Amino acid sequence: MMIPLQFRHNGRDVALFVDGATNLLTALREQLGDTTPKFGCGQGGCGACTVLIDGASHLSCLTLAASVEGRSVETLESLKDGPRLHPLQKAFMDHFAAQCGYCTPGMLMAAKALLDRNPNPTRTQVVEAISGNICRCTGYEAIIEAVLDAAQQHRASA
Amino acid sequence: MAPLTLRNCATVAEAAAALTNERDARYFGGGTLVMRDVNEGDLSFSALVRTTDRSLARIETTGQRFVLGAGVTYAAVLAERELAFLHPVARSIGGPAVRNMGTIGGNLFAPAPFGDFAAALLALDATVLLQGGYANRETPIEDFLAARERSFGALVLAVSFARPAGPEAFRYRKMARVKPKGGSVVTVAAHLPTSGGRVMGARIAFGSMGATALRAKSAERALEGRPLDAAAISAAANAALEGLSPVDDALASAWYRREVAGVQLRRLLSGDAS
Repeated sequence: MMIPLQFRHNGRDVALFVDGATNLLTALREQLGDTTPKFGCGQGGCGACTVLIDGASHLSCLTLAASVEGRSVETLESLKDGPRLHPLQKAFMDHFAAQCGYCTPGMLMAAKALLDRNPNPTRTQVVEAISGNICRCTGYEAIIEAVLDAAQQHRASA
Repeated sequence: MAPLTLRNCATVAEAAAALTNERDARYFGGGTLVMRDVNEGDLSFSALVRTTDRSLARIETTGQRFVLGAGVTYAAVLAERELAFLHPVARSIGGPAVRNMGTIGGNLFAPAPFGDFAAALLALDATVLLQGGYANRETPIEDFLAARERSFGALVLAVSFARPAGPEAFRYRKMARVKPKGGSVVTVAAHLPTSGGRVMGARIAFGSMGATALRAKSAERALEGRPLDAAAISAAANAALEGLSPVDDALASAWYRREVAGVQLRRLLSGDAS
């Protein structure tokens, strides 16, 4: 049974029909064409599908699409402003924080959720913020450095 | 995959009725357990029932008894200062996204090596409030956990428990291989009220030492009426395993869990930080 669904996707109102049990990740990727959140495990173990719902990080693969009715969903697609990269994206490049890149969209959204709430995090808080996101390439150090650097850059420019 | 029907209910009463009337319906809370099954193509249920009823998100901390709605997330627990004694429990579960989604009601159904919050609630001797059909009923959490595989047709509304006897009375530790996030090797929670320097009414609960959280009743008896000294702690640690039945999984073997459960209990009772 298809049900109607309306929500705000990266600042834009969208309306679609979804199957009742469709998860948000599938709706975003296959129906809205936003392939920035990645399918990793489908089990909540990897964090590659992390998006922000009303500003808080959620795993889109475990979120029922129907549950975001009337809410605001932010994905990696919303991070850059035209050609201008978000400070987090620039810091990830500067620190070589991506190798294969598959975890990167989730890492960036988890880091954004942290910096939106806490612009001056400690290293421990950064580690905690990305603890639900698995990276099999970098060993995490470059990612942690990038998030701390982005926070510093952001404070310097503010 | 067979199409699943979604029932959006306005109230908990409507959701409970849907669960009572449809035996192959599954309640959908935070999604961190049920959506995994949906994504895997689990065919044991054909309908999902959910409700946006705000009563499931209630947190009452004013009385002698705390009441937490079944839909309270770990993030909501962490945001409530009155529940500070439960913050180490909530923090030990998932990463931030899981804590924004997962609910304490769902944790009552989490299979090992998950279900750490349920272990904490078992140590606190919580009561589970359920609605089945058109009537509400209250069940001690120990009975609820023992029968949970058969508890179809009812909706968990809330849990309640008495305020811990003091700041040091409730204790919790979780042993995990991945820090700060990871499934449990062994989880242990204890409520240790004292009277005149002696332990009175101790409750000790282990997580991941059986299919559900389980009480270590022999260890509780070993502490009863005694000061929490080295001799009592040793007696409790030595009795820790009685009634527990851990299994092998990807995180640890049953043998290893049996080896470390008493060690973890000893550290918890001694107040060791690590």
